[in-house]
Amino acid sequence: MTLRVDLKLIAEWIAAGSDVLDLGCGDGALLAHLRQARDCRGYGVEIDDGHVLECIRTSVNVVQADLESGLRMFGDDMFDVVVLSQTLQAMHNTEGILREMVRVGRQGIVSFPNFGHWKHLLSLTGGHMPVTPQMPYQWYDTPNIHLCTPKDFEILAAKLGFAITGRALLAGGQPVAWAPNLRATLALYRFEGR
Amino acid sequence: MTAPGSVGIVTPQTMRFEEPLPLASGASLAAYELMYETYGELNAARSNAVLVCHALNASHHVAGHCEGQDKSLGWWDNMVGPGKPVDTNRFFVIGVNNPGSCFGSTGPMSVDPASGRRYGSRFPVVTVEDWVNAQARLADRLGIERFAAVMGGSLGGMQALSWTLQQPRRIAHCVAIATTPKLSAQNIAFNDVARTAIQNDPDFHGGDFYEYGVKPRRGLGVARMIGHITYLSGADMAEKFGRLLRHKDYGYSFGIEFEVESYLRYQGDKFADYFDANTYLLITRALDYFDPARAHGGDLVRALAGAEAKFFLASFTTDWRFAPARSREIVEALIANRRDVAYAEIDAPHGHDAFLMDDPRYHRAVAAYFDRIGREVGA
Repeated sequence: MTLRVDLKLIAEWIAAGSDVLDLGCGDGALLAHLRQARDCRGYGVEIDDGHVLECIRTSVNVVQADLESGLRMFGDDMFDVVVLSQTLQAMHNTEGILREMVRVGRQGIVSFPNFGHWKHLLSLTGGHMPVTPQMPYQWYDTPNIHLCTPKDFEILAAKLGFAITGRALLAGGQPVAWAPNLRATLALYRFEGR
Repeated sequence: MTAPGSVGIVTPQTMRFEEPLPLASGASLAAYELMYETYGELNAARSNAVLVCHALNASHHVAGHCEGQDKSLGWWDNMVGPGKPVDTNRFFVIGVNNPGSCFGSTGPMSVDPASGRRYGSRFPVVTVEDWVNAQARLADRLGIERFAAVMGGSLGGMQALSWTLQQPRRIAHCVAIATTPKLSAQNIAFNDVARTAIQNDPDFHGGDFYEYGVKPRRGLGVARMIGHITYLSGADMAEKFGRLLRHKDYGYSFGIEFEVESYLRYQGDKFADYFDANTYLLITRALDYFDPARAHGGDLVRALAGAEAKFFLASFTTDWRFAPARSREIVEALIANRRDVAYAEIDAPHGHDAFLMDDPRYHRAVAAYFDRIGREVGA
C-alpha cells in the first residue's frame, strides 16, 4: 500500500508508540500505517460513509462525526499527536479546530495546499481562479473555502499562541529549497499550544 | 425450499436450569427454563459463536421461520442469515429469550414451583445484569467459553455492553446499536406512562389477572401506542400519515379520524394479543435500572475501564429515543479507556426503529465489522 506523500512525511514526524488522533482520516491509511510501522495506537474521525466503511474493513478505530461540531468527544491532552491533513482549508471554523487540536493533543500536525503557488498567481493574472490537479474545483463548487499561504498560516499560529516545531514545504513530495512560498504545492506544519 | 439468505425453518429449543439464579434485587429465580434458537454451525475451535440479545418486545426467534407459520419471520432476519451481515455460513448465532419475557422462557406467566400458581405479580424484578448472568449460563451449557461477538440493538445493546463488564474475558467484540449507557428522565417518563396505563387497567388485578381469566388489553395497548411513538421519527410519521383522514371530512367526533390514530390503535391491539402485561412492566423497569456508571459515582469512563472487548457502535440520526449523542457518550468513554472502537452514525429517516430496518449503509457497516470479526476469530 502506498501512502499519500504528505501522509508519509506526517508519519515520519510521529514518534513510535504515540497515541494519535487523525481528523478527517479518510480511509484510515495513515492510522493503519502508523499502527503497523510505528506501533502507534490511534483513532480517526471521519464524516463520509464510504471512508468509515474502509476504516471498519481495515480494523482502524473510527468515529463518524463532523469536525465542524468540534472535538467535544475527546478529553484534554488525550493524544500525543493530532493530525489534520488537507482538511484545514475546507473547515468553516478554522481557528476553532486548531484550538481544539492543541487542547486534546500535545502536538498538532496540519497539511494544506499552498495557495501562493506561482501557477495560482498566473491563473489569477489571467483573470481566473486557479484550478489544479490538487484543487480541481471551480470557484462555485469548491469545498476549499479557507485557502492560505504558509506565511498566512504562521501568522494565525502566532495569533493562537502556537509554537511551530516543524515545517515542510513540498512540491511533488520533495522539499522545496528555493523560493518555497512560490514553488511549494503543499505545506506541512507541526506545532504545540503554549 | 429455502429462500436465498434465509436460515429457513427453525426450531426453538429449551434449556432447563435447576440451580437458582441470584438476582440484583437480592431475590432469586428458582429452577427456570430458557428458550433459544441457533443458526449456523459452531466451528471446531468454538470461536465463531455470536449471541444476539433482544430488546423490549422480541424473543429468541431472531431469524428464519417457524414450521407451518408464514408470518413467523424472525425479528432480525434481515441481519442474520447466510450471506447476511451476520453471516450464518461463518458464525454460529444464538438467540435467547430472557427470563421475565413472555415467549417461552420462565416469566410471569410461568407456574411458580413454590406455589403451583402462575408467578404474576410475584415474579421477581430482573435487570440487564441478571439477563447477562442467565445468558452466560446458557453459554456454559452450550460449551461456549468465549463469544466472537455479543450484539443487540436498543435494550439488546445494553446487554451486549453489560457483557463486556460482567464477563470481560468471554466476549471478543461488543456490537451495540441504537443504545444508551442509561435512560434519560424523558425515557423513564415514557416508560412510567406506559406502566401506569397497564397498572390502571381494571383487568390488571395487581398483576394476577391470569387467575381472573382476563388480560389488561387496554392498558397494554396504550403502553404500546406510547412506545411506538418513541420508536418513530417525527418526519417518518409525517411522511407515513401526515394529517390523512380516514374519511372525506372531519366527523366532529372522538372516534378514529386520522390515519395515524388508526395505525396506533392497530399496533396497540396487535400487541395486546401477543404480549404479556407483567413482562412489559418488568422489561421497561430493566431499561430504567440499567446504568453501569452508577456503581462508579456516575463516571462512565471508570465503569468501562474493565472492558476488554473491541466495540462496534452505530446510531441513527433521527433516533430521538436513544439519540446519537447517547451512543457517543459510550464511544467517548471507550476512547478515554483506549479501547478499540468503530462508531457509525447512520443518516436514516426511521428513528429508533431504524436498527431493525434494512438500510444499506447500516448493513454494510455491520457486515464489514463482522467480516473483520470473522478474520480475527478464524470464522
